[in-house]
Amino acid sequence: MTARTFKEVCAHSLMRTVAGFVISLAFLMAFGLYLRARPILVTKPLEELLFHTVWNPSQGQFGLANFIISTIWVTAIALIIAVPLSVFTAIYLSEYAPAKIRNIARPVVDLLAGISPVVYGVWGILAIVPIVRDYLMPFFSEHLPFFPFASDNYTGFCTLTAGIVLAVMTFPIIISVTEEVVSRVPFELREASLALGATKWQTIKLTVLKKARPGIIAAIILGVSRAFGETMAVLMVAGCAIQGFPRSIFDPAYPLPALIANTYGEMMSVPLYDAAVLLAAFILLLVTMLCNIAGWGILLRTERRGM
Amino acid sequence: MDLRKIEESVFKFLMLTSVVCVVGSLLFILGTVFIKGWHALSLDMLVKTPQGGYYLGKEGGILNAITGSIVLGIGATLFALVLSLPLAVYLNLYLRKNSRRAFIMRFFLDVLWGIPSIVYGAFGFTVMIFFKLQASLLAAIITVGLLILPIMARSMDEVLKTIPFELTEASFAMGATRLETAMQVVLKQVLGGLVTAVLISFGRGIGDAASVLFTASFTDSLPYSLFKPVATLPLAIFFQLGTPFPEVQERGYAAALVLAILILAVSIAGRLISGKFTRHVLR
Repeated sequence: MTARTFKEVCAHSLMRTVAGFVISLAFLMAFGLYLRARPILVTKPLEELLFHTVWNPSQGQFGLANFIISTIWVTAIALIIAVPLSVFTAIYLSEYAPAKIRNIARPVVDLLAGISPVVYGVWGILAIVPIVRDYLMPFFSEHLPFFPFASDNYTGFCTLTAGIVLAVMTFPIIISVTEEVVSRVPFELREASLALGATKWQTIKLTVLKKARPGIIAAIILGVSRAFGETMAVLMVAGCAIQGFPRSIFDPAYPLPALIANTYGEMMSVPLYDAAVLLAAFILLLVTMLCNIAGWGILLRTERRGM
Repeated sequence: MDLRKIEESVFKFLMLTSVVCVVGSLLFILGTVFIKGWHALSLDMLVKTPQGGYYLGKEGGILNAITGSIVLGIGATLFALVLSLPLAVYLNLYLRKNSRRAFIMRFFLDVLWGIPSIVYGAFGFTVMIFFKLQASLLAAIITVGLLILPIMARSMDEVLKTIPFELTEASFAMGATRLETAMQVVLKQVLGGLVTAVLISFGRGIGDAASVLFTASFTDSLPYSLFKPVATLPLAIFFQLGTPFPEVQERGYAAALVLAILILAVSIAGRLISGKFTRHVLR
């Protein structure tokens, strides 16, 4: 064997090792977290952990329901805001926008993706909290004092604030995936529709969006996973008080990731506490992994069908 | 006026509004952080470490966090680079274009990309317990390195995909091995793109807080050992905002401005640089 082929063989096996390590990383993470969460899974029934609302580690009560419901609340609010804005933006950028606007908007989306979550949190505290506290909350509690708006939390640190901050954080992933999916729709389809006398918007609505629908759904699923797992920004603006799950968009929320981040310092102090917190991390891992497998799976399938 | 025309203009208006919202949100964020942070920013903050009682409003600065973040960012980026470069080369030169293995690898990288950083932090924590390690710079470097690995590997992969097959073919035809083709032909062609991928990952690494919460801990001293805790800028901001003292919170805003400028500079540099390093590029 010459030195050259020896080097080649070495490099090849090294690369295969790295590739194997990366593949196994996902399983390693799931396994590691499961192992640390096991002590609580064997001592408490799963439905007590998932569906009970009492969280009192020093009494040995570890009901995660409040945190799970909080997570669902903030994720839902974030998506209600982010999905229309992002999808419209993506369609505009790929179908209508002149090159000039596109050249401004694309880097903006990239920069939004790069900003630190903590900076988002600071922005939330400085800008969104006062807006919610001084304008939205008084308005809604005066004019619409019923289910999703009635609340007695006047601090501005609430579910809605977290939802707004999260919405901006999910813009980049939804916009960039949607834009790619929409721009992959073959040009002939548009031409055919336009030739039949449809307006540009009708073409988009009836042809392009129909063809791109699975991809857009995938984009939204990826947005869900992004909002579900976001930690620091939410921790800073959601209020994070243990007083039951939010019953209004102005109540404080305490999502799962914030729970993990908040309890890291004290979780070794009480038995089973660390297992409960790492169970929360394990749940987070499973949900985001499933979302990502679904999202990227749909995208790969549509890509393969040559859409 | 035609109903279809009205529909068209209504939706066009909605789309334009959305674009304005998205672009506006970036300006809103940067504007807020800049205005609030600017007047609290002082030279002392940038060149001093926290003195006693810094978090109660006393003298000092956040030099410990700035240097800590940069050292951590560089370490994590190097760690991720050592893994992602071989990975990207493997995906593009060693595996065939539509091979099942490449397909699975890319899929796994995409899924890893989507896992939240707090989960990486918790995983790093379990590994630390397993090996009986304390929170330290080393643990943080490994955790953040794994966090940015999928970002870096996938960006490099996308860059390497743009290499025309004829070029590799020509190199093979000259009798070069795949490793030689990679090192002497392919990587030189895409050097700019690779540097961009590295810089973007670096920016992501220094900005992340959730993963270092468990693994890096915090300290008031400058980073001096791989096995000691290290301060990071995002956590410094978080802790300063957590105090009840307005003047400390103000400094937290200033620290946020420092972090925002640092990340913006890195990502803008990353984008500008992709056009550079073109000395060896064939046209």
